[in-house]
Amino acid sequence: MAKFRIAVHITPRKGLLDPQGNAVRDALRTLGFNAVKDVHVGRYIIVETDAYDALTAEDTVTDMCAKLLANPVTEDFDIESAVPA
Amino acid sequence: MKFGIVTFPGSNCDYDAFQAVTDILGEEATYIWHKDHDLQGSDVIILPGGFSYGDYLRAGAIARFSPIMQEVAAHAKAGGPVLGICNGFQIACEAGLLPGALMRNSHLQFVSAEVRIRVENSDTMYTNLYEPGEILRMPVAHGDGRYVAPVDILEELEAEGRVIFRYADADGTISAGANPNGSERNIAGIINEGGNVLGMMPHPERACSPLLGSSDGVRLLESILVRVAA
Repeated sequence: MAKFRIAVHITPRKGLLDPQGNAVRDALRTLGFNAVKDVHVGRYIIVETDAYDALTAEDTVTDMCAKLLANPVTEDFDIESAVPA
Repeated sequence: MKFGIVTFPGSNCDYDAFQAVTDILGEEATYIWHKDHDLQGSDVIILPGGFSYGDYLRAGAIARFSPIMQEVAAHAKAGGPVLGICNGFQIACEAGLLPGALMRNSHLQFVSAEVRIRVENSDTMYTNLYEPGEILRMPVAHGDGRYVAPVDILEELEAEGRVIFRYADADGTISAGANPNGSERNIAGIINEGGNVLGMMPHPERACSPLLGSSDGVRLLESILVRVAA
C-alpha cells in the first residue's frame, strides 16, 4: 500500500443555470474584463488515500465522486491523476 | 397516530414540527436522534427543516448517511409516510427517496418570506383535505431551494400528477414573479412514485396557527390522519 493524493474538480452540470458563475462573470465585466464569456464556480477537493497503485486510487476516488462528492443530477466531476502523497 | 421527528445536528424546525403535531393536531410525537436505529414505532416520519451538518458539501448530502436514514428508507420503501420539509426535502432528494435536487436560489440570496402555493394534486395522502387548485399561504426560509431535475423526470412527474405544489400568485397564476428561488416549472413540492414520500420547500408546520400568519398547513397534517387511519 502507498499513499496517494488526488485532486477532484466539481462543476455545475453544463446547461444548468449557474447563478454563482453568472454573478462572478458580471463582476469581472464590471471590472473591465469585457472579453469574459463565461464563468463557472465549483469545488476543488483533495483526497488523500492509501491504495495499491495510482490506478486503484483513481478508481476509488471516481467511486467517491459518484456516491457522495458530486451530485449526479446537478454536477460534473473530473479527477486529476494520482500523485504520491 | 405517532409522528417521529428526526433531529439531525443542525435541524432547527424539529420543535416547530413537534408543536404542530402535538398542540395543533393533538397527536403523539417523538424526537428521533439521527444516530439511532429505531423509529420508535412511528407511523409517520418527518424530516424537518434546518441546516443539517451545516450544509457541508451540499445541503442534505451528509445527513443522508446518518444511521437513522437506513430505517427511514426502509419505512418509505414499505409505503410508510415520510414528509420532508425544506432541509428534509433536500435530504430526501440526496437519499434518492425523491428524484431531482435542490440547488442554490437563482438570485443567490437566502429567502425568508411568505409565499403562495397552488395545490396541483389533492388526491394524495398529504393533500386530500385541500381543494384542487386551492391557493395556500406558507413561509419559506432557504438558500438552496431551486428544484431541478432532468427534463424526462420533470415530464414523468407532471404526467403522473406528482407535482403536488407550485409557487403561484394570489389568483392562481403560475408566474416567474411568484417563484421565490427559480425552481423549474415553479415546483414547490413533489411526491414519490408510491405516493408516500412528500418533499416540499415551504413550511406547513410553521403555518398552523393564525398567530403565525397562516393556518393553511394544518390540513396537510390532518390529511395524513385521514389516509393513514383509513
